[in-house]
Amino acid sequence: MTATAHDTAAPAGDAEVVLRAVGLEAGYQRPGRHGFGRRRVPVVAGLDLTVRAGRTLGVVGESGCGKSTLARAIVGLIPAFAGTIEFGGADLASMPRRCRRRVARDVQMVFQDPYTSLNPRMTVAAVVAEGWRVHPGIVPRDREDAEVARLLELVGLRPEHAARRLHELSGGQCQRVAIARALALRPRLIVCDEAVSALDVSVRAQILNLLADLQSELGVAYLFISHDLDVVRHIADEVAVMYLGTVVEQGTAEQVFGDPRHPYTRALLSAVPSVRDRPDDAAREIVLEGEVPSPAAPPTGCRFRTRCFMAAERCAQDVPELTVREGTAHPVACHFADAAGTGGE
Amino acid sequence: MTMSAVHPAPAPPAGDAAAELRDVHIGFRSGRHVTPVVRGVTLRLRPGRVLALVGESGSGKSLTSLALIGLLPPGAEITAGTVALGGDDTAGFTARQWREARGSRVAMVFQDPMAALNPGFAVGAQIAEPFRRRLGLSRREARERAVALMREVGIADAAARYGDHPHEFSGGMRQRAVIAMALALGPSVLLADEPTTALDVTVQAQILRLLARRQQEAGLATLLVSHDLGVVARMAHDVAVMYAGRIVEQGPLDAVYTRPAHPYTLGLLRAMPDGREGARLIPVPGLPPDPRRPPGGCAFHPRCPFATDVCRTDDPPLTETGGRSVACHHADEVGAASSVEEDR
Repeated sequence: MTATAHDTAAPAGDAEVVLRAVGLEAGYQRPGRHGFGRRRVPVVAGLDLTVRAGRTLGVVGESGCGKSTLARAIVGLIPAFAGTIEFGGADLASMPRRCRRRVARDVQMVFQDPYTSLNPRMTVAAVVAEGWRVHPGIVPRDREDAEVARLLELVGLRPEHAARRLHELSGGQCQRVAIARALALRPRLIVCDEAVSALDVSVRAQILNLLADLQSELGVAYLFISHDLDVVRHIADEVAVMYLGTVVEQGTAEQVFGDPRHPYTRALLSAVPSVRDRPDDAAREIVLEGEVPSPAAPPTGCRFRTRCFMAAERCAQDVPELTVREGTAHPVACHFADAAGTGGE
Repeated sequence: MTMSAVHPAPAPPAGDAAAELRDVHIGFRSGRHVTPVVRGVTLRLRPGRVLALVGESGSGKSLTSLALIGLLPPGAEITAGTVALGGDDTAGFTARQWREARGSRVAMVFQDPMAALNPGFAVGAQIAEPFRRRLGLSRREARERAVALMREVGIADAAARYGDHPHEFSGGMRQRAVIAMALALGPSVLLADEPTTALDVTVQAQILRLLARRQQEAGLATLLVSHDLGVVARMAHDVAVMYAGRIVEQGPLDAVYTRPAHPYTLGLLRAMPDGREGARLIPVPGLPPDPRRPPGGCAFHPRCPFATDVCRTDDPPLTETGGRSVACHHADEVGAASSVEEDR
């Protein structure tokens, strides 16, 4: 893995593909009509995305857009209803659970709340080394202590932390342990689901810097899922904006944040409070009406049309594909992507 | 509690403060020992103005706001200082006086609307309750007032939704209902503790807009407690930054945000991703102090790049400088450093 040194100068298109999801559908099941059978509710409803080696794909969206379901489907915590998840030459979505375990070490996950995702009564060393019990052969037994110490140093903890229990640590320190635990299996991809959202500003910056350092040292790829647009803009090379189970806009961080073309992306960006805002100039923001519809009964046509300030008749019938459109440099799923960039203010 | 004995007689209240904290100390008692969590906070809330109280977890900002509505959690107590509402010292308030003050003089919007609403009762009935119990209106009148209020806070189809229970409301709608309840009796002081932290950004934008509009229309004196510097920038006229139980910098939003004079304020602003892709963040090193083992001198000195010997021994008082108050021995240097940054 160390051979694939991360070269920051390489353009996005050149890096090796680590993970590619095509037409991915996943969600939950509920009782069918009149209580017979089961009905699938796709929370992720046909989604394509690509993560490249040593790079970060940021996924942004609001609650209910399916970003956590996406994370869970990719690491195999829930089954996919349809579509493929290509990883290391195999399709994770159709792979039987038993085989999946072998691949699992290459895809690790860091959750939002380390206090609930890790056992607070275990020692730091036991948490970090736990993966080696499940996947033997990565580190010889007699080298484990040294390896734990090395991992702790890597994430900015001291060797003496190894003997501590998690409940003795602060939230930021716990999140460092969660990252060390993920790194212990030498994964090619780490899925970070709101990994810094529970942290205070000053500590959050420490963890974001740590993730960036680890990426340039180890060449690990991140699928970085967050509701926080500033954080994603900061850490991601590429960004996918999700709304109600689909990607509505995708591109480099520069394209999506600098030249947003989907009306939802524009509304989202204008809604994010910035330290440069002032109480009197709130008028320029686009305030969306209403809230996200239920994934069990999505609107016909464009899924965003019920809240869209640009919606026309056509949007109720035609589903806009996520493609590069006339006048845009990156894929946008909107019939009016061209107008969206220039219209409004 | 012997609060009034500890503190000298309160000075006559200033005419324009709707609520005021004067040198308030709050601590958690365990046996004979008191752990100080809020250490001498002075704040004044003025009609029509929004004051934001900013700080990280454990800084004491929530306790400070709870003291203003007499809702400190069990174990926490005011050990010194004065909490005044509209000129009345609340030290002698009985439980009954507090109940009367809540809602009609001071109201609060909490972070989690699901916890603030009773899941077993219809939302409309909960909004109507103060009209019935406090104003003695008839069932019908109370219902009419509640529906009108629900409409005012942007709950669509208010009459039809009157009988819905909290679980049938979305997060944003629940927070609107909570705001309606807070405003029902026309309080002069509104406390909003992380009012949008549990909400999505597009819904947050709606709620912030609603709060700002109601605040202006009713001329509410508002205390906004938040860890989100962006939300504060959008809402507040004045900012007070709290660290380890003390206010370290306080002043008009623009002055504090564009030229911070306390190293902690500067650190917080620098640690925010500001939209430059790839630029490296500058975190505040280390962790906030444990309130049971506070460092000597200035509480921030172990994390402070400007710290010198005097910081390890003397806790700096809050003093006026450059249009705001700062508690730092090196405020001038910090101010200079932050203005250099601004020029870049």
